[in-house]
Amino acid sequence: MQQLLSILLTGLTLGAVYAAFALALVMIWRSTRIVNFAQAPMAMVTTYVALVLIDAGASYWVGFVAALLSGFLLGAVIERLVVRHVEGKAEINAVILTLGLFIVLHSLAAIVFGARFRSFPAPFGIRGFQVGDSTVPLTGFGIFTLVAVLVVMGLLVALFRGTDIGLRMRAAAFGPEVARLLGVKVGRMLTLGWALASVVGSLAGILIAGGGLVHPGYMDSVVVYGFVAAVLGGLDSPGGAVVGGLALGLTLSLVSGYVGSEVVPLSALLVLVVVLLVRPGGLFATVHERRV
Amino acid sequence: MQQPQALRRVTDHTLGRHLVVGAVGVVVVVALMSFLGSFRVSQLASFSYLAIAAAGLTVLTGLNGQLSLGHGAFMAIGAYTAAVLQRSDSGLPVVVVLLGAVVVATLVGAVVGMAAARLHGPYLAGATLALAIAVPGLAIFWSDLLGGEQGLTVPLPEVPGWFADAVFFLTATDPSSSRYVAYLAGVALVLVLVLLANVSSSRVGRRWKAVRDDEVAAQLAGIDLGRARVLAFVVSAACAGLAGGLMAFVVRLTAPSGFTLTLSLTLVTAIVLGGLGSLAGALIGAALLTFLPQLATGLGGDLGLTDVQAAELAPLVYGVVMVLVILLAPGGLVGTVRMRQARRAALRAAAAAPAPQHDAPPSSERERSS
Repeated sequence: MQQLLSILLTGLTLGAVYAAFALALVMIWRSTRIVNFAQAPMAMVTTYVALVLIDAGASYWVGFVAALLSGFLLGAVIERLVVRHVEGKAEINAVILTLGLFIVLHSLAAIVFGARFRSFPAPFGIRGFQVGDSTVPLTGFGIFTLVAVLVVMGLLVALFRGTDIGLRMRAAAFGPEVARLLGVKVGRMLTLGWALASVVGSLAGILIAGGGLVHPGYMDSVVVYGFVAAVLGGLDSPGGAVVGGLALGLTLSLVSGYVGSEVVPLSALLVLVVVLLVRPGGLFATVHERRV
Repeated sequence: MQQPQALRRVTDHTLGRHLVVGAVGVVVVVALMSFLGSFRVSQLASFSYLAIAAAGLTVLTGLNGQLSLGHGAFMAIGAYTAAVLQRSDSGLPVVVVLLGAVVVATLVGAVVGMAAARLHGPYLAGATLALAIAVPGLAIFWSDLLGGEQGLTVPLPEVPGWFADAVFFLTATDPSSSRYVAYLAGVALVLVLVLLANVSSSRVGRRWKAVRDDEVAAQLAGIDLGRARVLAFVVSAACAGLAGGLMAFVVRLTAPSGFTLTLSLTLVTAIVLGGLGSLAGALIGAALLTFLPQLATGLGGDLGLTDVQAAELAPLVYGVVMVLVILLAPGGLVGTVRMRQARRAALRAAAAAPAPQHDAPPSSERERSS
């Protein structure tokens, strides 16, 4: 019982992080029809920015804010300078381009920050609460993770639903030609969309790193889990990405607890293949037919 | 210069031409492997297995339009099969061990290919990416058989007598086992290239290209899309399995750390650099992957970087070049050269005949689907 509870709570926290990462992929997919495989190393780089500041004596929160800000800048710069040129071209070009960025960021990080494992601090305890004799396997950092992800999602919903700029971003994503005719600066909106997505990705990166080890490859498997979560939700729906992330987090945590952590990536692959073959539109598809 | 009649009759046929080039290739391989020093020979052996995997991948991606980020996983499957067979004390000849690696990779490739045939673009990329990350974990899960984190060491094969005699006849030295492996890798590369060149200019290859270019038109012409895709995937996985089997013998250690995501991405780099769909491009890409790291590491050392940092320079170069190729020359090296040649030929033809005024070609930019 204790073990099951612990597994489920771990799965919930992990799931929240996968949900955030999946959300970042979905935001970019909706606006530019590109799956940004470089999201993982982008988040890795911004986590290193935070780590450098924290190691230099700054507080965790300075590092946290710096990571999100650098994520915003990195996303904007990458969209404007590189990705802009393949938007709307053959989809294989965009995939290869993001993989090229993947390799570049990886090796740059290894050169600049070193390739060894470095420990990353957590702002709250990473041990369970003590209630009487037993330990509740819910950690302070786990709660912080859940809250942070929920707050960011709430802010995104508010931005997209409640503000003028959010409306313009949605218009630019859904009907670029019409939006441009109506005076929306579509290019600028796409850049902003990438920047915001990159902030959400950075948040996932820094939350996964908390209380653990970082090295240039520590996000590589997360991009797979984030992608699987996003596809579970249909790749087009932000809400689906969140539910997909939580479901995948719980599933993988159960697999890791009862079968073995080595087969976690394999079970993610199985989930992905089954979803794509059985319900290609994701669990909440409203459109019945879609090319995958 | 007038070609002899007999040679021309052979080279008029595609198969004949490929066989002639292949025979020349075997001679080159034997000459290189016999007379180069042992360090260069081991480099050439690595080049050979990388080139085999890249050639298989370029057929899949370039001719059939399926991008696989998971070919490192098929190399792992081939390598582990070879390692297990070679360690089993059964005394199987190396060629049989390599065939075993090909068979297992082919079977897995058929299963994966059936799923992959239904996927497109980013979905296929994501699924094969998951495959690349998932397979090395199996080696740890079944650590009793597959050696876990430490991996399996691969015993060197014995040099057969006829081979030792032949090499002694050529070079007056006894060949080492590693040189024998390098010969095998080189000859396997030539064999794979001849087969792939032939397949891609055959009816099968034309079907693959038709499926890549226009699914609807291909289907109307009576092509079974799924069958064409699965076949392309299986051929490609078999190449990767052979490459993995050779890698096990060349590296002599098969461990999960040898089959990281980096390996799969490196293969994609190779085919993008050379130009998708071109076997020559795959060779160029594999050569860059084999010989550039040493250059870059040396250069990094001169610039005052530590060894670890200098070792990352090569992937940095690949990544930057990959981005630049997609932005500036999506055809890759070979594709760009071919385009130049075609343009020059067209200009010459236009100059020779007073052609009517041409309209500007229509913009090729596709409308974005949203």
